[in-house]
Parts: sequence; structure tokens; C-alpha cells
Amino acid sequence: MKIKFFLFIICVLITTSIHTSENQIKLLEVYKNLRCLVCQGQSIADSNSDFAATIKLVVQDQLNEGKTEAEIYNFLISKYGEWIVYQPSLNKNNFLLWFLPYLIFAVGGLVLFFIIQKSRHNKDN
Amino acid sequence: MKISISKIIIFIFIIFSLFIFWQGLKKNNSYDTKSLIGSRISNFELIEINNDDQYISEKDLKKNKFTLINFFASWCSPCRAEHKYLLNLSGKNKKIKIIGINFKDKKKNANNFLKELGNPYNFVGRDLKGRNSILFGIYGIPESILVDNNLIIIKKIVGPIDETQYDEILQLIK
Repeated sequence: MKIKFFLFIICVLITTSIHTSENQIKLLEVYKNLRCLVCQGQSIADSNSDFAATIKLVVQDQLNEGKTEAEIYNFLISKYGEWIVYQPSLNKNNFLLWFLPYLIFAVGGLVLFFIIQKSRHNKDN
Repeated sequence: MKISISKIIIFIFIIFSLFIFWQGLKKNNSYDTKSLIGSRISNFELIEINNDDQYISEKDLKKNKFTLINFFASWCSPCRAEHKYLLNLSGKNKKIKIIGINFKDKKKNANNFLKELGNPYNFVGRDLKGRNSILFGIYGIPESILVDNNLIIIKKIVGPIDETQYDEILQLIK
């Protein structure tokens, strides 16, 4: 009986610690994607400012309430604008930011294509 | 003189990159709250600083033509500087109600602050841990939000209210 009880306690402790560390990882993920508005170039995860501490508290509350990451980001965007998240959603103001890498890739490919074509043409001649 | 297509593409690409770079330099990278003007504040409940049973919510603010929500604390020196403008607003204008939210402060210190400088607020709410400040999109104090009776943000003042902002508020609530 004693052994069974002892095993039960160990199982409970292990489950609790796994759950806690999962929550901690999720919290850190959210903090890392939030910009500290009062400190230059720091995320909420990196900052110890008063503002970051308050945001951490609110994010923790909302995760405990069972809200998803997307819901938390949307809530904070509605209060502070897109600037608060490091990964903004696609809109007419930032479409270049999203498509520029693909454009550069395509232009680079085109340039390479022409250079190779030209060198082949020169070789043939 | 023959110019190859690849050279034209590279040239256009360089010009384009320089244009983006130039646009980037012109852009102000510091955060401002201009984009939040026109948005609506919602889902809040403020508990009175000295009375846990007294609180205000959205529907109370809708009764006012204009409401100025001011975040303050006794430990914040710029809050002292703006206090005279808040007193002027509350004394002179009947169209506006002022709600003070005491931010991360001790009750005793907040009451002493209001006793010393005067109380311009129609209601003083408390925000002990700062949770309410996030609901209002606050990121430092003092900060003030002017809303109309639909709770739409008309003006947001980051930092202490000065003469110019005081005049602007008066113009807006005319």
C-alpha cells in the first residue's frame, strides 16, 4: 500500500513538472515574439523594464485562462498596434517586406540565367 | 554601345535597393500611438482606490460626452507637472469628466498626492499590478487618453500634458 502511494506521489510530481516546463516554454515563445516598446531592440523576454514585467503578467494570465498564442497576439495588437509583435501579419503597408526576398531571389536567378547564357554564347562563338 | 540585359537588371536592382534604404532612413522607427486614435476601448472595470465595492465600467463612461483617462502615480514626477492642467480641465469644463488610474502605487501615497496637489478626478481607480494599463494600451506614465461617449479614442497623450496639449484638448471638446 505504502509503495503504491509513494508511486502515485512520484507520478503526480512528474506530471506537474512536465506541465510547468511546457507552460514555461510556451510563455518564453510568446515573450520572444513581443517587442518591448520602451527599450530599443529588446524583446519582452530580454527586458526587465516595468512595461515588460506588466506584459509578462498579462500574457501569463491569458495563457492560464486558456487563450491561444494567436488570441494573445491579437489582444495586444488591438491595444498597441502591429508594432508590438515581431512577426507582423501581411497587409498593404508591409507586403514588400514579405515579398521582397522572393523578388530578390527571382531577379538574382534572372541575372544568373542571362550571365550563363551569355558565357555559353561566347564559348560557342 | 551595346548594354546587356543583366547590367540593366543589376542597375535597376541597385537603384531600387537605394530607394528602399532611403525610405527606411526617413521612417521614424520609434513607437507612437497615432495608429490607435479611432480605435475603441472596451472590456474594463476599474475599482475605486479607497472602496472595493465601488467601480466603473464601459457603460458609466458612455454617459459622459468626453472622458479623459489619466494614468498617474505619486512616485512619478512628470505627473506633478501635468496636474495643474488636469485641475484646470476639471474646474472649467463641464463637458469632460476625468478618470484617474493610480498605477503601481501605494494607496496611502496616492491619497497624499491628491491631498497635496488637489483632486481633479471624478473617479480614481487603482491599478496595483498594472494589468489595467495594458487594457488601455499604456506603456509608461503619465499617459492620458481622451475618449468620446462611444469610447472611441480621440487623442492619446504619451508623457505629461503640457500647455499645447491642454489647448488641443479644449479644442477637441468644444
